Amino acid sequence: MIASVVFYLLAAATLAATLLCITRTSPVHAVIYLVHAFFDLALIFYLFGAPLVAAWEMIIYAGAIMVLFLFIIMMLELAPGGKPLTVDRRRWIPVLLLSLVTLGCTVLLIVLDPAAAGSGAAFHASPREFGTALFDRYALAVQVVSFQLLFAAVGAYYVGKGEPRARGDNP
Amino acid sequence: MNLWRDIKGTLQAYAVTFGYLFRKPTTIQYPEEKRTPAPRYRARMVLTRDPDGRERCVACHLCSAACPVDCISMQAAEAPDGRRYAAWFRINFARCIFCGLCAEACPTLAIQMSPEYEICKRDPLSLVYEKEDLLIDGGGKDSDYDFYRHAGIGVANRRGGNADEYGPVDPGALVP
Amino acid sequence: MTELLITATLILVKLILIFAVVLSLAAYMVLAERKILGRMQLRYGPNRVGPFGLCQPLADVIKLLTKEDLVPARADRVMFLIAPGMASLIALLSFAVVPFSPPVTLFGREIPMVVCDLNIGLLYFLGLSSLAVYSIALGGWASNSKYALLGAIRGLAQLISYELSMGLAVVPVVLSAKSFSLTDIVLSQADWPNMVRHPVAFVIFMISVMAESKRTPFDLPEGENEIVAGYHTEYSGMRFGLFFVGEYINVIILGAMVTVLFLGGWHGPLLPPIVWFALKVLAVAFCFIWTRGTLPRLRYDQLMHFGWKFLIPVALANVLVTGAVMLAIGS
Ligand code: SF4
Ligand code: SF4
Repeated sequence: MIASVVFYLLAAATLAATLLCITRTSPVHAVIYLVHAFFDLALIFYLFGAPLVAAWEMIIYAGAIMVLFLFIIMMLELAPGGKPLTVDRRRWIPVLLLSLVTLGCTVLLIVLDPAAAGSGAAFHASPREFGTALFDRYALAVQVVSFQLLFAAVGAYYVGKGEPRARGDNP
Repeated sequence: MNLWRDIKGTLQAYAVTFGYLFRKPTTIQYPEEKRTPAPRYRARMVLTRDPDGRERCVACHLCSAACPVDCISMQAAEAPDGRRYAAWFRINFARCIFCGLCAEACPTLAIQMSPEYEICKRDPLSLVYEKEDLLIDGGGKDSDYDFYRHAGIGVANRRGGNADEYGPVDPGALVP
Repeated sequence: MTELLITATLILVKLILIFAVVLSLAAYMVLAERKILGRMQLRYGPNRVGPFGLCQPLADVIKLLTKEDLVPARADRVMFLIAPGMASLIALLSFAVVPFSPPVTLFGREIPMVVCDLNIGLLYFLGLSSLAVYSIALGGWASNSKYALLGAIRGLAQLISYELSMGLAVVPVVLSAKSFSLTDIVLSQADWPNMVRHPVAFVIFMISVMAESKRTPFDLPEGENEIVAGYHTEYSGMRFGLFFVGEYINVIILGAMVTVLFLGGWHGPLLPPIVWFALKVLAVAFCFIWTRGTLPRLRYDQLMHFGWKFLIPVALANVLVTGAVMLAIGS
C-alpha cells in the first residue's frame, strides 16, 4: 500500500522534473532537473528491490553522462543569463517541492527497506525471455520510445543545421 | 629505464620531505625570541649628535628631498653664531619605506638608520616622530665625524677662521 | 513497533556520532595539515591560538562565520548558494556505508558499527563520488566568473577521468570478496589485506583517490597560481568554508575507503578494531598531506595523459590479469 503511494509520488516527481527539464531556457538548469529525474528513477528502482540498477542509474547517468553534458555546456561558455539581478523567489518553488518529495520518499524507503523486506527472490531472466518481454508484451511502449528517439535525432539534426541559406547565396 | 627513473625520482622526494619533518624548524618565534639585526640594518632613523654633543643636522633639506615618499619635513633656523639647525624635524614612519636614501643624502651624517625595527603601533599618528623622539645622545655609526670641523661656519667668522676647525681639506693630498 | 523505534534511535545516535567525529576530525585535519606541511618546510605552522595552536580550527570557524557572505551580482543565485553545501553533504553521506568495526553487543543487542550496511555499499560510494562533481561544476558555473568557470571545467574533466580508474581499481577487490558490501569486503581481508593481494590496484586506487580529492598534485581545479582559486574564487565566508571543510571530509572518507578496501579495515593485532580503523584512516590522511608537501602540481595535459594513457590501461590490464589468476587458482 505505502509502496504504491511512494511509487506514484516518485513517478509524478520524475515526470515533473523531466517536464521542467525540457521547459527550462538555461541548459544548466535543465541538466539539474534531469539529474533530479534520474534520482527519482533510481529511487523507483530501489523501491522495486533492484538496488544494483539504482546504483548504476546514479553512477552512469547522473554521475557520468550528465556530467559530460555539463562539461559541454560549460565549454560552450553559456554563462548564467536571463534576469540575474532580480531575486525571484518563485524559482525556488519547483526546486523545493521536488526535493521535498524526493527526500520524503527516500526517508520512507529507508524505513520500509524494500530490498531487505524482500519483494520476492531475486528475479532472473535470460536474454531470450528479456527480449520476448520487450518486443512482445511491451512492444507498443518500446515503439513509442524509439519513435521519440527518432524525433529527437531528427530534431537535433534540424536544429544543428542552422539557418537555411537563402537561394543563390551559395558561394 | 625511464619509468624506473621516474618512480625513483618521485619516491626520493617523499623521503626528503619525510626527513625534513624531523628537523628543527628555522622559524624565529618572534615576540619571545628576537633576532639581533646586523648593525647596518635599515630600520627606524635617528638624529645623531656630533662629538661635542651638539645636533649634527644643519636643516639642509637634502634628506627630505631625497625621500621618495616625502615623509621628512622640517623647519630650518639659524643660531646666533651662524650655525643652522632644524627648529622642528618630523619623520612620518607610517609612510617611511626604510629605503635609506635620506641617510645616504645627509652630508653631516645626522640622520642615520638604526636597527631598531619594533616600531609597530596601533595608531598611525603615533608613528609621527618629532625631533625630540628622534634625537639620540651619541654620534651613531661614525661618532668622531664632525661636519663643522671640516667645513666651518662661514657666517659669523670667515671659513677656516673658527677656533675649533681643522683647516680645509687639501685635495692634492689625496693624489697618490 | 518498539523494534522499529529502537532501530531508528540507533541509526540516529550513530549518525550524530559520525557527524560529530567527522566534522571535528575535519577541522583538526586542517590544523594537522598546516602543521605537518609547516614542519616539512622547516616552519612551525600555526601555534599561537591555544596550546600548540590547538584552538586554531575554532578561530578559523569564527573568522569564516563572521565574514561577509558575498554573492556576485550576475551569479545564478540559487545554484551559487546551494553548491558549497552540496560539496560537504555528499562527502558526509558517504560515511553511511563505512563499517568502523565488527558489530558490538550492547544490552544483548547486536549493533552493527555501520549506519547502513547496504549490499551495494561500494557502488553507493562510487555513485556519491561521481556526484561530487556537481558541487564543483555548479559552484564554478554559477559564480559567472571566468576563473571559476575554468576551474569547474578542469574539475569536471579531471573527476570524470579519474573516477574511471578508481572504479576499475576496485574490481579486483570485489572479485576477491565476491560482494559489493563493504562489511563483506573487510571480512574477506581477515588474513591478508588487499594491499598485499592486489598491490597494483592499491597503487592505482591511491592515485585516483588523490585526484578525486582535488589535492596536490591534482589540484588543477583550484590551481592558485593559474586561476586564482578555481571554482571557489567567488566564494567567501562560510560558503567558502563549506567547500574547504568538504575537501577535508573528503580526505577522511577517502582515507576510510582506502582502509576498508585495501588496508584490511578494522583487522589488526592487539589493539581494539576501532582503534586500528582510526589509525589506518589517519595514516592514509597523513599520506595525503605528505604528498601535498612533496609533489608539485601536474600540468593539465600531463594529468590527462597520465589518467587516460597510463592509469586506465594499467587498471584494465590489472583487472584482466587478476581475473585470470583467480580463475586459474580457483578461488
Ligand atoms: S628611509 Fe627612505 S622613505 Fe624613510 S625617510 Fe628615509 S628616504 Fe624617506
Ligand atoms: S638630517 Fe642631514 S640631510 Fe637632513 S636636513 Fe639634517 S643635515 Fe640635512
